[in-house]
Amino acid sequence: MAKQTFDIKNHLLVPKHTKVSDKEKKLILEKYSLSVFDLPLIKKNDPAIKDLDLKPGDVVKIVRKSATAGESIFYRSVINV
Amino acid sequence: MADIFKEYEGKLPQKILTDLKQFMPAKASQTKIKQICEQVVKEYNESKADPGECIGNISAESIGEPGTQMTLNTFHFAGVAEMNVTVGLPRIIEILDGRKELKTPSMEIYLKKPHSQGTDIKKLALSIKETTLDDITSEFQINIVDLSVEIMLDKQIMKDAGITNTIVANALKKYTKGYNLKQQDDSFVIKSKSKDANLNDLYKIKEKLKPVHLKGIKGVTQVLPVKRDNEYLIITAGSNLKDVLKLDVVDASRTVTNNIYEIADLFGIEAARQSIINEVFGVIENQGLNVDIRHIMLVADTMCNSGIVKGITRYGIVSQKSSVLAKASFETPLKHIINSALIGEVDPLDSVVENVMINQPVPIGTGLPSLVTKIKK
Repeated sequence: MAKQTFDIKNHLLVPKHTKVSDKEKKLILEKYSLSVFDLPLIKKNDPAIKDLDLKPGDVVKIVRKSATAGESIFYRSVINV
Repeated sequence: MADIFKEYEGKLPQKILTDLKQFMPAKASQTKIKQICEQVVKEYNESKADPGECIGNISAESIGEPGTQMTLNTFHFAGVAEMNVTVGLPRIIEILDGRKELKTPSMEIYLKKPHSQGTDIKKLALSIKETTLDDITSEFQINIVDLSVEIMLDKQIMKDAGITNTIVANALKKYTKGYNLKQQDDSFVIKSKSKDANLNDLYKIKEKLKPVHLKGIKGVTQVLPVKRDNEYLIITAGSNLKDVLKLDVVDASRTVTNNIYEIADLFGIEAARQSIINEVFGVIENQGLNVDIRHIMLVADTMCNSGIVKGITRYGIVSQKSSVLAKASFETPLKHIINSALIGEVDPLDSVVENVMINQPVPIGTGLPSLVTKIKK
């Protein structure tokens, strides 16, 4: 059978991941009075952020599709494996 | 009117905003709209969980009570050819425990047009199903005198599955190094090249050849085309999402498996979280029960907090608790206490269970805030 290549970003289950700028990151951490690794974590080699070129300590903004809120924003900080 | 709503974009969730826009009377004046919005914001803020509210407990009760009414059995799939699906309580336990080996792994494969309208759906389904040598063989014969194995092929099954002798020969070549492979009309004869072959080796090679993969997707044992909402899709027993997504007839953006770990490996932790919610909510809905989806979201968020999927077991999220006493109160208390005694662990007593144990007020609700003195330097 013929093959295709599939970009996982187009999958229904995968929400949009973007890198958070340093300025914005500071604001987020101040707002919730957290240090970076108190946020929920995401692995550096997670398929959804593979081509964002992130290093540990960066924060990823995730725009989830939510059944209750329509759209909800979530943050995760990047860790080494 | 749109300007007023823009003001509230950070304050209200998107869904409430769209509802507001939709139901706002067309004749309402600017001030009225503003008043309504303010009232909605007030109500929304009051409906939020307060700091210190024990939402975990509420979730546990809300999922646990309907859980008692769930079925304990696995069901046959709508009366069709021997396909089982785990449903009800066993499935919920399976998901929340974060099991890696599922009782009934399964995929839902969506197709691209025109196959989604039913074109060639049966043929397509069969081509996805895995066919092994064992499936097309009518008999394995071991010839003790010649020291050879004869594989008798079932022509009819081969024809139905679209397998030719060449496919079989190519597949067998890889696994029969050191053996002579001779092809006859409807059978293959395997004989060892070396002279000191014995019967044991023959048995071994026979067993080794049985699961040789000939056609289809590895791991898919059964296929079932079904119609859902004016569209045909294929439900499978056995799961191998990675290989299925590579097929170009498959609508990869919607195709899913019920194995959370497979999703996490392929699509990442956020997809795994969404998948946990979908799976648990699906089971509960299927049983005719009513649980607010926010409770399930909380569980899913907890399971995916550390970047990998962790079940609610003593090896999963419970092992992450900072308190020794809290860990000990869940399962295997002695092990936890001895281990922490060995490394001199300190319990900061800043959570619920350990404070209940030693008869102290727990830090929830009004017990949460405490007084801190600010020392002037």
